[in-house]
This record gives sequence, structure tokens and C-alpha cells, in this order.
Amino acid sequence: MNYKAEIRLFLKPGILDVQGRAVEQALRSSGHSVSAVRVLKVLQMDLEAETPAAAERELLAVVETLKNPVIEEASFTLEPA
Amino acid sequence: MKIAVISFPGSNCDRDMVFGLEQAGFEPELVWHSATALDSFAGAVVPGGFSYGDYLRAGALAKFSPVMAPLAEMAAQGLPVLGVCNGFQILTEAGLLPGALLPNIKMKFLCQPVFLRVEQPGLGLEPGEVFELPIAHGEGCYYAAPEVLAGLEASGQIALRYCSPAGELSDAWNPNGSLAAIAGVSNSAGNVLGMMPHPERYAHPALGSAVGQRFLRGFLERR
Repeated sequence: MNYKAEIRLFLKPGILDVQGRAVEQALRSSGHSVSAVRVLKVLQMDLEAETPAAAERELLAVVETLKNPVIEEASFTLEPA
Repeated sequence: MKIAVISFPGSNCDRDMVFGLEQAGFEPELVWHSATALDSFAGAVVPGGFSYGDYLRAGALAKFSPVMAPLAEMAAQGLPVLGVCNGFQILTEAGLLPGALLPNIKMKFLCQPVFLRVEQPGLGLEPGEVFELPIAHGEGCYYAAPEVLAGLEASGQIALRYCSPAGELSDAWNPNGSLAAIAGVSNSAGNVLGMMPHPERYAHPALGSAVGQRFLRGFLERR
């Protein structure tokens, strides 16, 4: 079966996100009252597996491979294509 | 002493590193990242640049290159492995060194000389000595979790810190916001070292300084 997966990588809470801070400052200087802006990385991919459980195992392995565990956390979604 | 200088797609300090190592008296050889063996070498240097365009994170994709397996073996055998700039980022991403390199605190690419304080013996200079090397990076803000940092301090794994010309630590002399002003760290055995500053760029008097020769010799011949 084919699946569509989406992985979000984001900095752990407490780690300064300088990109998010720069975006926040730009938005605030344009009059938008936003705060706590964080920039995430989103990866989309197609995935082939025999069963939904196997697809999830495979995706978890991909997430662990892509994530830098020192600074990042990750979440994902998985749907039949 | 034959030293492998690993080139990845996007490495751009590899030839400078070959030059610096030659000046320091070594026999360097460029090795493409697809190599699956490093048997003929007594050590390796992962040079600076922008491997894989810094895609995903600086150094993140280089860890998938075939050469990383023999490089990890070399590190496990106790042979010297040095990562400079992007090479430091690659070694942390590959888990050969603790911590991670985040974007510079002011989001600015920094290309300038810095003062460094030697924190470890066996680097060609005396511990406590202050010397100058160039930096050139956008992602050099060293980070490690508090308990990891405490371990690094306790076990003497911090090799270099950014400092004032007099050797004092302060935010004003910490160019990229690195935690504890860390410019370089080693593994616990001391044979794997990562650093953001470029010793190869100060490896000949015509470049302004030859201190990089002393540093390279000190580390690569460290016992």
C-alpha cells in the first residue's frame, strides 16, 4: 500500500530559534502583534509498506534518522495515499 | 604521516586544508566522500564548506556518506579525527562528538579573526595560552544540554573557548553566542576534535600567521 507522510522537525522548547526571532521582529515592526514565532521544517514524502503498522515503523525510523536529537523534536502524520 | 582530507559535495576548504597540512609537515590526500576504506591513513580531517548545501541542517546529510563508516572506525581505534567548521558540524550530526551547532545568535555570517583560549593539553599550545584563528560560519553557536555541558566541563572535553586578547571570557568576545564560549570540543578519549575556527587559514606567515601549523601538529600527533 502507498502512504503519504508528513514530518515536522522543530527546535526543542527553550532552544533559541534565531530565525523565528527575526521573523517575529519583522512582523512586529510591520504592526502585527505576534509573539513566540518558531520556524519549523516540514518534509513530505510518499511511502510504500505492506500494512499501516509497517508504514508507521518505517516512518518512525525515517524520523529518527532525520532528527538531530540534541536540538530537535519531531511529529508526523501518515495517511493512505 | 598520511592524513585523509575528506571532500563532500560542497566542501570548499578541502584544498586549503591539504595546503595547511603540507605546511605542517604531513602527507595529506584528498579522499572523496564515497570512499569505503581509510586503512592507509594515520588520521583524517573533515574540512569546512557547505556539504550538501547545508540542506536540512549544516552537516546533516553528510552523515549518510559511505566514508562516515570507516571514519567512525578510525575514531573508535583512537586515531586522530579533526573536524573544522562544517567538519565540526558533520561530526556532531554523526554523533562522533557531543552537542550541536545552531545558527549564530545574531543570524549573521561571521568571517573574522577571533581570539581563542587553549583549554586542553596536546594542541600544540599550552593550556591557558591565547592565540588567534579565523572563523567563517553562519551556524557556529555551540549547544549541548545542561547535563551534557556539565559532563564536558568535568571531563576536560572543552578544547577551545572564544575569549578576549587577555584570555577573559565575556559575551563581547563570544562571536556566535556559543554556550560557555565553546569554540572546540573533543570526545572523551581526546582523539576526535571539532572546532569552528580554521587552523588551515593561518598555516603560513604569508597568511598573517603560521600558528595553525603548530595546532595541526599538536592535535594530529597527540598521544
